[in-house]
Amino acid sequence: MIWDLVFEPFAEFGFMRRALLGCVAISLGATPAGVFLMLRRMSLTGDAMAHAILPGAAVGYLVAGLSLGAMTIGGLVAGMAVALLSGLVTRFTALREDASLAAFYLISLALGVLIVSTRGSNVDLMHVLFGTVLALDDAALILLCSIASLSVVLLAILFRPLVLECADPQFLRSVSRLSAVTHFTFLALVVLNLVGGFHALGTLMAVGIMILPAAAARFWVASIGGLILTAIAVAMLSSVVGLLLSYHFSLPSGPAIILMAGVAYGVSLVCGPAGGLIAQAFPRRHLEA
Amino acid sequence: MRTRRSILKSATAALALTLGGTISAKADDALSVVATFSILGDMVAEVGGEHVSVTTLVGPDGDAHVYQPTPADARAVNEADVLFVNGLEFEGWIDRLVEASGFNGTPVVATAGIDAIAFEEGDDHDDHHGEDHAEHDDDDHDHDDHAEHKDDDHAGHDHDDHAEHKDEDHAGHDHDDHAEHEDEDHAGHDHHGHNHGAFDPHAWQSLENGVIYATNIAEALAAADPDNAAAYQANAEAFTAEMKALDSEIVALMDALPAEARTVVTSHDAFGYFAAHYGLTFEAPQGLSTEAEASAADVAEMITQIREEGISAVFVETITDNRLLEQIANETGAVIGGTLYSDALSGADGPAGTYLDMMRHNAMTLARALGS
Repeated sequence: MIWDLVFEPFAEFGFMRRALLGCVAISLGATPAGVFLMLRRMSLTGDAMAHAILPGAAVGYLVAGLSLGAMTIGGLVAGMAVALLSGLVTRFTALREDASLAAFYLISLALGVLIVSTRGSNVDLMHVLFGTVLALDDAALILLCSIASLSVVLLAILFRPLVLECADPQFLRSVSRLSAVTHFTFLALVVLNLVGGFHALGTLMAVGIMILPAAAARFWVASIGGLILTAIAVAMLSSVVGLLLSYHFSLPSGPAIILMAGVAYGVSLVCGPAGGLIAQAFPRRHLEA
Repeated sequence: MRTRRSILKSATAALALTLGGTISAKADDALSVVATFSILGDMVAEVGGEHVSVTTLVGPDGDAHVYQPTPADARAVNEADVLFVNGLEFEGWIDRLVEASGFNGTPVVATAGIDAIAFEEGDDHDDHHGEDHAEHDDDDHDHDDHAEHKDDDHAGHDHDDHAEHKDEDHAGHDHDDHAEHEDEDHAGHDHHGHNHGAFDPHAWQSLENGVIYATNIAEALAAADPDNAAAYQANAEAFTAEMKALDSEIVALMDALPAEARTVVTSHDAFGYFAAHYGLTFEAPQGLSTEAEASAADVAEMITQIREEGISAVFVETITDNRLLEQIANETGAVIGGTLYSDALSGADGPAGTYLDMMRHNAMTLARALGS
């Protein structure tokens, strides 16, 4: 019974195993980045970045067709350009980071839609933007796993300065000149993971797997290490359950996975011991001697 | 009235020329005609010859299912003397475009008089196929009559073709194939949940229907431009002769295929008429619309089916994401057979630059993959 429901789909079909591996890779790479985005109150930055990738991917598609390499490079270039430009504007003008980022991503998004629409056939690209986790080929899997490995290594290196910047950015800026480097490397990491995610889930869905597990984990643990581990676990569980739902109930896979992460968030919101609704409504009595 | 209209027309034409866009330059005396998509546009150009200037809204390689009309399209429709649409709810956006453009005529439905294949639940499907075949024969007869009374030379030819046709196609293989077809329809319930109307709109995929398109187009052009009616008639007859020749060529090609190697998988299920007329079965992993996203269940079903039935060829089409198909092909060991053109022509220098080339290319590609 359980074998039929849970294991058989993966045992019988290679595409299910590929989808699972892709999701595991994204969970390992993107979710920790999502935790730091959340801690730095930049959750919506992920969303903005996902939109910013669009014109790059579109140009890559126009130049080389449905080529993994061209669209990846295009997406990376566009995402980095928006991240850098908004960072520079923040540093050298009176505009704050949120406003400059919003400005650049909106320009980028409009440009992307324009490029997509000028092509006679826009369906291919819409398929790409909404992703096909069921159609991961070897090249896409290798790319996803490489991005996940790279981002795990980079996060390990950046861990201390990143945590410091989350807790006390002023302090980091005063003791180290690496503050800016940390910031931009981190943004680059976010863009990298989003570009990887859009091959599997589509640009918009990629943000979901980045942010939702992190937000859910926040209701269960307080330490950063715990947050990252819980978020990864939530992401992986959502992937498995989402894929199985897609298999058994014939639902589109990408949205099924993200919705499962959404359900995990909803449950955590209500039941989570660290600031969940129930915990807040019925605070535990202080222990008294 | 007449003069004012022509002044208006030349003014809009000048405007269109300066602004560019989809409107093509036209001679003063040519009938200005708009067709919604590239295949229909090619047929209209074929029948209209030098007396019409054809503007096509959805160009080569474009997808007419989900097309977004542009202001230039509205201007082209507004300026048109005749507007050709496929009908059968193929162009869901055309009614709004016609209304918005202020076009004051009735669009000519090119599929008028065609036996449309219904999209129904599996059971209705069976019944319909029976009916279709009965009606089909009737229709052929009508057509012969038409041809006879237009041109006597063609009559003999036509009869030959059709005799051949009925013997080989309807009596023989076809019945077997349809039995197969029904079973498979039950297995892969891909037909649900798309946003077409009640009928399969891809009627041009059978050259028999192509003849009806040509007749409808010639009649509409003759009505709009009676001076050149004879020329349209002659063009349509020449075009029809070409279509009939190609039709019997394809019938022969398909009949040569072994009965067990007649099931094909494509990413876009637009070949209902091709299947019914030439005795093949087409399966799609993604359902009928190019809009729906495939679920894991659909893909698993497809793979199981390919494995169980020993389907040997998988075809990639022009307008859908083909990565999914490549995955399925990898997993089942089926061959990727080549590119089939369904809803749009290729560019002029591609393998399917015209309607006839498209039909020939599709038939050759299918025969090559299934015959190997």
